[in-house]
Amino acid sequence: MLSIFLCIISGVLAGYLLRNRRFVKYVGTLLSVVIMLLLFFLGVSVGINQQVVNNFAAIGMDALILTIGGTVGSLLCAKLIYQLFFKKTRE
Amino acid sequence: MKQSLLYLLLFATGVVLSLTGMMPEALLDSAITKWVLYLLLLLVGIQIGSGRNHFAALKRYGASIMLVPLATTVGTFAGVALVSLALPERTLTDCMSVGAGFAYYSLSSILITEFRGAELGTVALLANIMREFSVLILAPWMVKHFGKLAPISAGGATTMDTTLPVITQFSGTEYVVIALFHGIIIDFSVPLWVTFFLSL
Repeated sequence: MLSIFLCIISGVLAGYLLRNRRFVKYVGTLLSVVIMLLLFFLGVSVGINQQVVNNFAAIGMDALILTIGGTVGSLLCAKLIYQLFFKKTRE
Repeated sequence: MKQSLLYLLLFATGVVLSLTGMMPEALLDSAITKWVLYLLLLLVGIQIGSGRNHFAALKRYGASIMLVPLATTVGTFAGVALVSLALPERTLTDCMSVGAGFAYYSLSSILITEFRGAELGTVALLANIMREFSVLILAPWMVKHFGKLAPISAGGATTMDTTLPVITQFSGTEYVVIALFHGIIIDFSVPLWVTFFLSL
């Protein structure tokens, strides 16, 4: 886990120091390419995993339940702070 | 949206190629994906570090703008903890790590796959794609019933890119700066929260 934090933090430092260089403009594009590569590999590891292939419907259902929980929870909190702090000052 | 579909297409291509046995064994070496993952995290860091105007919005709106990412985080974790009771075969921390993706499905699913395997990684991919799509499709309904901050909170880490157009359209242009600020903060927190829950 430590290596993950080190990667991000050294990236933030490098990004800050190099923020005026032209190459940082291309980081976003490079990032998309790396993400595509990794999602392709995720697809491959799903395809060779019999457990995932056989239970795809159940996995999708679990994902849906977690999405509903997280999204509705955030909607309710957003409604609360909207009414307490944002609505009056803005409308 | 176009980019999301492209990502999904690549994932599906990977699934189909390996199901049909067309993938060479050498490409399945997990050491390669680990190094590519480190490269990804380094690039995410560079993008955060080189970004400008992170704090310009903070000055304009004061401390209340911080409440938006806070509401997103607290609301998501509370909601996920609650529904995890309906999923007895999954641990609370596994559910929380999926929720901590905040719709940033690429990074969260890749991290979770690395540490928990492709099964939970797939749950994370699908759950976080669904979260992004829910905003793209339901933004007007969210604004009507939960106020103008609703699609921002629901959009999680995507409010600075993919869901920004619908937020602008349905919450109004005065919420664009809040959405950008929120997206940056949540974006940054995703790898930290996901690894935190996976290490518990």
